[in-house]
Amino acid sequence: MADDKTTMDRRGFLKRAATGAMAAAVPSSVHSQHHDHDHQVVPSDPALRTKALESLLVEKGLVDQAALDALIDTFEHKVGPRSGAKVVARAWVDPKYKARLLSDAASAIAEIGLGNVAVGDHTLVLENTPKVHNLVVCTLCSCYPWSVLGLPPMWYKSTAYRSRAVIDPRGVLREFGLQLDEDVEVRVWDSTAELRYFVLPERPAGSENMSETELAELVTRDAMVGVAKVSMPAGGGKA
Amino acid sequence: MNGVHDMGGMQCMGPVHHEANEPVFHSVWEGRVYAINRALGAWHKWNLDAWRYDIELLPPPDYLRMSYYEKWLAALENRVVKYGMVTKEELASGKPAPGSAKATPVFTEAMARVLQPRITAPSNDPSVAPLFQVGERVRARNINPLGHTRLPRYARGKTGKIVLDHGVFLFPDTNSQFLGEKRQHVYSVQFTARELWGENASPKDSVYLDMWDDYLEHTRS
Repeated sequence: MADDKTTMDRRGFLKRAATGAMAAAVPSSVHSQHHDHDHQVVPSDPALRTKALESLLVEKGLVDQAALDALIDTFEHKVGPRSGAKVVARAWVDPKYKARLLSDAASAIAEIGLGNVAVGDHTLVLENTPKVHNLVVCTLCSCYPWSVLGLPPMWYKSTAYRSRAVIDPRGVLREFGLQLDEDVEVRVWDSTAELRYFVLPERPAGSENMSETELAELVTRDAMVGVAKVSMPAGGGKA
Repeated sequence: MNGVHDMGGMQCMGPVHHEANEPVFHSVWEGRVYAINRALGAWHKWNLDAWRYDIELLPPPDYLRMSYYEKWLAALENRVVKYGMVTKEELASGKPAPGSAKATPVFTEAMARVLQPRITAPSNDPSVAPLFQVGERVRARNINPLGHTRLPRYARGKTGKIVLDHGVFLFPDTNSQFLGEKRQHVYSVQFTARELWGENASPKDSVYLDMWDDYLEHTRS
């Protein structure tokens, strides 16, 4: 009896919540149970909905299926953090290139080239040093320097990272296994406009004799977002 | 709009989950949703600010419950109807209305193979003067606009320092609602962690936000 009343109240609450706020505390199972009653326009399975929408848009001539295939191929296979890694490795071995990268990133990245992807005009590179650690976030959505790093990983787009990176950057970094000394200055960059930031990590100690190509292989996506440092391969790597 | 998307500074979201060897898309449909979004952008029915606003307009329980690309899909379904590309009936049936005209796609495979970043305004327009100078101390205005804004709540009313002038950009608050581009300077503004979060924050740390002229005011402090 009491349960019935609770359910009713929750249902009414959820109806209001569909246009209002404050429903975050309602268990998601309760919400999804009643979700279909409120929106019966389309099937709830995203795969089916996507298929239906795509075929409708193709039939109406609004999208070109081959263009969609090409876009997916580009983002799955051509755009990605290997582009950024090449830029970082070049900056490590060539001080003049590094200076150009820090002052005009778009031109410097274009020197290396990103295949069929143009560099965003408003790309900025942030240099990590022993005393300064940069971290990139987008608290409002998921802005990310995709032309050099590819599409962002799930953790970057997660509510946990978006909410906490600005208020608890050191705690977030510890969850990534990175403990920074108290005297290191942490700079968090919240990508609120059209500027796209990526981090030039510190070159790891012991990598002095490595070639540019070998160095690029060490550079990870996470290091270029600022949640990790670049480390030498386990076992010390090549001397 | 003070929505759930504006989550900087919230502490209830749990730990950050890192997935090793993460694929670009976790399911085929995610890639299709991503590609459809990009391809439809070529019709120029909306702009990037309006696009972001559509996602912010999802009901808050949905916003928090849905996966990233579920949000994209839900906003896309709303968007194609809102901008008159598809009717509600067509979306429900999955079939074009009988006798409706067929368009010719404006975004083709050839264009997809030479990918350009999203178009933003030229950032070096000398006819738009900056209202603030690098080195100046400024306060983020305490505004609570009902529409789209890129001024997060956690910075409102806080004092910081301008460290870079990025040049001229479109103003998202108006551009998102097709009320004008209102081009103005955007700056990188440094706020100390203690200014934002109080005495328990590290004295070494700062948060840098990109802020339009209209988000800032002069301060004497």
